[in-house]
Amino acid sequence: MTSKPRDAATATSPLGLLLITGAVATVGLLIVAPLASVFVDAFSNGPRAWWEALAHDPDTRHAIWLSLTVAPIAVLINTIFGVAAAWLVARFRFPGRSLLVSLFDVPFSVSPVVAGLALVLIFGRQGLLGPTLAGLAVKVIFAWPGLVLATTFVTLPLVVRELIPVMEAIGPEEEMAAVSLGANGWQVFWRVTLPNIRWALLHGVVLANARAMGEFGAVYVVSGHIAGATDTMPLRVEKLFQEYRTPASMAVASVLAALALLTLVAKVFIERQLETESKELEAARAPGADTDPTTGGLGP
Amino acid sequence: MNKNPPTSIPTRRVRQRTVLPGFGLSAAITSLMIVGLVVIPLAVLILRAASLGPAGFLAAAWTPRARAAYAVSLGASLAAAIISSLLGLLVAWVLVRLEFPGRRILDALVDVPLALPTAVAGLVYSTLYVEKGWLGQILVPVGIKGAYSRLGIVLVLVFVSLPFAIRVVQPVIESLDKDTEEAARLLGASKSQTFLRVVLPGILPAVVTGFALALARALGEYGSVVFISGNMPFKTEIAPVLIVSRLEEFAYAEATAIAVVLLGMSLSMLIVVNVLQQRLARNAQ
Repeated sequence: MTSKPRDAATATSPLGLLLITGAVATVGLLIVAPLASVFVDAFSNGPRAWWEALAHDPDTRHAIWLSLTVAPIAVLINTIFGVAAAWLVARFRFPGRSLLVSLFDVPFSVSPVVAGLALVLIFGRQGLLGPTLAGLAVKVIFAWPGLVLATTFVTLPLVVRELIPVMEAIGPEEEMAAVSLGANGWQVFWRVTLPNIRWALLHGVVLANARAMGEFGAVYVVSGHIAGATDTMPLRVEKLFQEYRTPASMAVASVLAALALLTLVAKVFIERQLETESKELEAARAPGADTDPTTGGLGP
Repeated sequence: MNKNPPTSIPTRRVRQRTVLPGFGLSAAITSLMIVGLVVIPLAVLILRAASLGPAGFLAAAWTPRARAAYAVSLGASLAAAIISSLLGLLVAWVLVRLEFPGRRILDALVDVPLALPTAVAGLVYSTLYVEKGWLGQILVPVGIKGAYSRLGIVLVLVFVSLPFAIRVVQPVIESLDKDTEEAARLLGASKSQTFLRVVLPGILPAVVTGFALALARALGEYGSVVFISGNMPFKTEIAPVLIVSRLEEFAYAEATAIAVVLLGMSLSMLIVVNVLQQRLARNAQ
């Protein structure tokens, strides 16, 4: 993502300046201007009005609380899935493996609205499991379990996609050495694998969390959009906007935007750690380094 | 073909490759999630649509309003993907090849659309481009309506798809061999000839992949578009918005049929992306 530019000289040429202006204008107009205007609009009536819009509206308070509950649950599920799936795909060869890998990407290309509808067709009142769930008095659609399912679906690829390339680059040698020295599966995972993948895992978790907090389409369909009950923060933004309460809507939006900025700062920091580690890995793999006694003879 | 007992083949193949534990557990968790959350729901969606029968499916999925929605969705997404690819190529090129103050900040800002909730993007874009907004003040008097119009849909779709177009092309520009470009220049090629004949063939697969990713992302987008499009049937209503409004009328059959058409479009994009990426990987070797 960040590499050293190789022909810095052309930056001062007319063409170079033109290209830079174009790129800065693109990012400025399309990305920076909207982002800045969230904060300007949110605080246009002063910080007091901003705080009141957030804290004194019980439906908004509930939406904040609901988002802070649903997103972590979905992220936790996807962390467990991501680690398991990456372990499976990066450490074993089995029939159907490449089909499985392409299935990981499906949630990226399915419209969130379509995903939400599919969940309604299964768990909704007229859905496949509708009568069974009604008999058990369990509510999934128009309730928080539906929100968790929809959020988990849209964020499904994010953790596993981060882990697979890193685990494949590291290779299984250290883990095999640990096994041959008598470590059991959990010991291998906690003491060898996890320390190696921790930054990639954190990267995936941060991205998944951002997407989970911000998910709109899938959550909109399964939530029923009930204020004070199933409205998450993004849904609350839309409802306040529809009710012509744009300042309040902007206040909620500004919290989400601040969270997005925080995510980006964390992302840049984590990417720097990842870069350092991959350089260390390369250095360790340099010619002459593969006589390391712990990996000798165990490679594939 | 050897005649081993068929049941022992898969496990033996696995065990022979590695001594690592955890195959069973990780396979169980992975298949539970993939089958339970992806395969079954999408299969149920398709079966529901299939149960309408060919005539019923067509009657539900091919109404004039639905056709108009597909046209708006496809048209706006194609326009957005083309704009994103061109702007993405420009930004990626500048980020890799030119050194200037603030380059790293620009690089980080490119990811904003990935982290910013789409509802926030839609809300802000619509307030920016309405008559009284920052940009609307200037643009609306000149006749450019960026809110409650098709242009508005294209704008937010460019916003959500731009990072994909940039991040796919960026590493490929980084890996380009600069010596070839220098050789072309030394042999008398002009700057534009070098770009068109030497650079472009190398990065074209990546640009096309970025285009396909941007298109797939734009086709499914909902959150940002509902804010800015005005959602007028036959004019600014996209397919995902139509699905939601059918669902709110409890017209499940129609919503499902339209969803299957949209799913077909997105999955074919996924296949295109996969084929392109394989070709890209082959070219890189």
